Amino acid sequence: MKTILILGAGTAGTAIAHKLRRRLSNEWDVAVVDPSSTHLYQPGLLFLPFGDETEERILRERGSTLGKGITWHQRTVHAIDTERRRVEVVEGEPLSYDFLIIASGTEVRPDMIDGMLGDGWRKSVFDFYTLEGAKALQKALANFEGGRLVLNIVEMPIKCPVAPLEFAFLADWYLTKRGIRDKTELVYATPLDGAFTKPLASKTLGYLLENKGIQVETEFMTGEVDSEKNVIRSYDEREVPYDLLVTIPPHMGAGFLEDSDLADELAFVATDPHTLAAKNAERVFVIGDATDLPSSKAGSVAHFQADLMTENILRAIDDKELEPSFDGHSNCFVETGHGKAMLIDFNYETEPLPGQFPIPGIGPLPLLKECRRNHWAKRLFRLVYWHALLPARPIPISPTMSLAGKQLSAAAELGGE
Amino acid sequence: MSLETVQTDAEGYLANRDDWSEELAQEYATQMGIELTDEHWKVINTARAIEAESSSSPGLRKISKRSETPIKAIYQLFPDGPAKLVAKIAGIPKPKSCL
Repeated sequence: MKTILILGAGTAGTAIAHKLRRRLSNEWDVAVVDPSSTHLYQPGLLFLPFGDETEERILRERGSTLGKGITWHQRTVHAIDTERRRVEVVEGEPLSYDFLIIASGTEVRPDMIDGMLGDGWRKSVFDFYTLEGAKALQKALANFEGGRLVLNIVEMPIKCPVAPLEFAFLADWYLTKRGIRDKTELVYATPLDGAFTKPLASKTLGYLLENKGIQVETEFMTGEVDSEKNVIRSYDEREVPYDLLVTIPPHMGAGFLEDSDLADELAFVATDPHTLAAKNAERVFVIGDATDLPSSKAGSVAHFQADLMTENILRAIDDKELEPSFDGHSNCFVETGHGKAMLIDFNYETEPLPGQFPIPGIGPLPLLKECRRNHWAKRLFRLVYWHALLPARPIPISPTMSLAGKQLSAAAELGGE
Repeated sequence: MSLETVQTDAEGYLANRDDWSEELAQEYATQMGIELTDEHWKVINTARAIEAESSSSPGLRKISKRSETPIKAIYQLFPDGPAKLVAKIAGIPKPKSCL
């Protein structure tokens, strides 16, 4: 029996496990390693703080998401030994592999910022990238009666890079519905030079911030959370006061990749941007948030990578050369509040452009433009996730980006990318 | 090639990373009122190296760890917003998000 070992059974690990199971014969054991007994639908964490999503709908038993034919080692990875081709686990004997797929994702690390886990943590300082954080924030928002609500991205890269902006838009909507929007200052503090950083998005979407009265504090790199004074302080000594802080803490790769030869300073694995092979080891591939690639850390990316990686693993098994097929394709809905959302579709080279998706000229979903259809598509996506994306059933969207249906002239006019 | 002749984008970043030279970096720095010391070069060269291997402009934490220069010290070396200044002098794109 030969083994493909997959570290992590999140979106990426589960999807690639199902894909490979369907394509490989019974000579192959397709095995995942993950200590957690539940699978979390992470996009639901955006809606949970506003009471628009429930824990029950976004959590499933891990076993039910893997099904028959996939081996599940409920173990915690300690280290990868690429020379002996085995993975050491905290509980029990090492697991051997013929091919290894690292799908261990990324973790939020509030411990990396001075004071973030201090007295204010989960009282006036919250994250929403974890289930516990999102649930605690739901209570805090329900009790919020106005003041300064500050959204703060500590640094890039983060999972789902548009989620903080979506949170700000949804907060504006939520506070309006509760009748306390005029008592609330909504502030967005980012380490980048704007809430939108690409030329076309800055030009066409700047109105969203203006219309919703969201103040933006740019180039703010948070060095410290001072929960006595209720301020966040940047490295250049600027202070942003808050009554309620919603922070996106720094992200790092899995703990077992820290100080590994496979990974960079933030424990993200050095990965070939097109073949998705690990750069520093043979027979190792990397998928989803665990990579050091400039593609977004998002579920759609993991899904597209799973399609292309399956082919490359079959090539590797047959001793054939890998195809440099991955183009950084990403496809995301962006909630803009008041029942509307946008859709963006882009890759390494092409910034999000206006147009129609998925059928050129027809849609039905407009790109880079707010509409109600996109909002409902985003809300219904949870069902697509559980029933199609996770078990890797066919979804009629190409894993590589298509320029058809996109208005290239929009970028050219701005001299953009 | 000098800053007057080299191709830059709308915000003044180098359009092609291969056009970069130490002389250009000096010109950028002078324009920003920064006198480049060995400490500055360590940060600049680290940023270039990371960008070359990962095809994306690194955040300050990664530069700080690799160059063994505390973030606070990077702020002292490049006082007016090191994330952008380092990228500009190093001839790499400014750090961006997906939108």
